[in-house]
Amino acid sequence: MIEILINIVLFFFMIVTAIAVLRMQRLFGVVMLSGVFSLLSALLFVTLDAVDVAFTEAAVGAGITTVLMLGTMALTAREEKLRSNFSPVPLIVVLVTGAVLIYGTLDMPHFGAADSPAQTQVANVYLTESPDDIGVPNVVTAILASYRGYDTLGETVVVFTACVGVLMLIGSFARRGVRLPRRRRRGPSS
Amino acid sequence: MSVDFIISHMNYWLFIVLMMTGFYIVVSRGNFIKKIIGLNIFQSAVFMFYISLGKVTGGTAPIFPLKLENIDPSVVYSNPLPHVLILTAIVVGVATTALGLALIVRIREEFGTIEEEDILEIESDMQAKDNRRHGDAMGGRA
Amino acid sequence: MRHHLILRVVVKLLVAPIALFALYVQFHGDYSPGGGFQAGVILAVAFILYGIVFGLAKVHQVFPPWLVQKMAALGVLLYAGTGVLSLLLGYTYLDYGAFTPGHPEHGQHWGILVVELGVGITVAAVMVAIYYAFAGRTPRINDEDW
Repeated sequence: MIEILINIVLFFFMIVTAIAVLRMQRLFGVVMLSGVFSLLSALLFVTLDAVDVAFTEAAVGAGITTVLMLGTMALTAREEKLRSNFSPVPLIVVLVTGAVLIYGTLDMPHFGAADSPAQTQVANVYLTESPDDIGVPNVVTAILASYRGYDTLGETVVVFTACVGVLMLIGSFARRGVRLPRRRRRGPSS
Repeated sequence: MSVDFIISHMNYWLFIVLMMTGFYIVVSRGNFIKKIIGLNIFQSAVFMFYISLGKVTGGTAPIFPLKLENIDPSVVYSNPLPHVLILTAIVVGVATTALGLALIVRIREEFGTIEEEDILEIESDMQAKDNRRHGDAMGGRA
Repeated sequence: MRHHLILRVVVKLLVAPIALFALYVQFHGDYSPGGGFQAGVILAVAFILYGIVFGLAKVHQVFPPWLVQKMAALGVLLYAGTGVLSLLLGYTYLDYGAFTPGHPEHGQHWGILVVELGVGITVAAVMVAIYYAFAGRTPRINDEDW
C-alpha cells in the first residue's frame, strides 16, 4: 500500500513537471525541468525494483541529456516564441488518444500481480536457471550480456550509428565536407 | 469499478496522463527543443509502463546474494526482463536524442530559426521564388 | 569559465573519483547494479565535466578526438569479435561457454566481462564524441547571458 502511495506522489510530481515544461517559455528552465523529470523517474524506477534502470536513467537523463540540451540551446535560441493562435485540434487528438489508451488498460492484469502473463512465461526460466547456467548474481547483467547478447550487440551498434550520424551532421566529418550549402559557410566556426 | 480495481490500475492511468502530456507538447509547441523534450517525456512514460509490468507485489530487485548457494527460494524477485530492455533503450534514447539535437543545430544554421512556423514560412517563400524563376525560364507562368 | 575558482578546484577534485567510480561500476556489474552502459556514461561524464570547466582544448589534450572515434568503433568490434571467436571455437555465435570447455559458467564470466567492456568503451567514446561535436561549434550566447 505504501509503495502505491509513493508511486502516486512521484507520478504527481512528474505530471506537474511536465505541465511546467509545457507552459514555460525560457528554454533554460525547460531544460532544467527535464533534468528534474529524469531524476523523478529514476526514483520511480527504484520503487518499482528496477535499480539498474534507475542507475542508468539518473546518469543518462539527468547528466548527459541535460548537457547536450544546454549545448544545443547555446547554439540556437534561448526563448520559445509565443504562438499567435491557439488551436483546439492538438488537444482533441491528445484527449482521444488518451481515452483509447485508458480503455485499453481496463482488461490488463492488476499492478503487481504475480500471475500475469509477463511473469509466468520466460522470466521465470531466467530467474530459476541463471544461477546454474551463468553463475552471476545480478540477473539483469546475465540476461543483458548472455541470454540476450544479440539484442545488446544490436543496441551497441545503434548507439555507434547515432554517433556517426551526429559527427556527419555537426562534427569533424562535416567540416571536411565536399559540398557547401547555399549560404553562410564563413569563418572558423562552421 | 471497485476501489480495488481503481488502485490496481491507477499506475497505468497516471502513466497515460504523463504520456499524453508529452504528446501534447510535441504536437502543440512549435519550438524544436521543446518538441524533443516532449518526445523524451513520452519515451519515459513508455519506460515506466514497461517497468511497472515487471513489478511483483512484495518482490525485490532481481539480484541474488553473492554466494549463489544461499539463494532463498521464498524470496520473490521482480521480473528482470523489462529492466534489460529498458536499460538499453535509455542509452539508445540518448544517442537518438543527440542525433535530433544535431539536426536542430543544422536547421538553425540554415534557416536562422528553430520555430516550426517560421521555417514553414521561409520554405513557402523559397518555393514561390523557385516557381517564379522556373516560370520565367519557360517564358510564362509555370 | 576561467574566472570560477571554486568550480575549478572542485572539478579537479571530482574528476578522478568519477573515473574510478566508472571502473568500479564496469567491473562490479556482475554483482551489483551497473554494467557497461552505466559505466560508459559515467566515464564520459568525467571528461565532459573537465571539458566544460577547463575548456575544449584541454580535454582534447587528454582524450584527442581521433582516439575517441577509434574507441567507439573498437568497442563494437570487441563485442562482435567475441562472438566470432566463439564461432571459430566451434560453438554458436556469442556462446561464451566456448572459452572454457567443461566449465561453461567460467566461460560465461569471461564472456560477460569482455562484452560489457566492449559496451562500456563504445558508450563512453560515443558520448564524449557527441559532446565534442556540440562543444566544437561556436556558441551564440555569451557566458554572462545565462
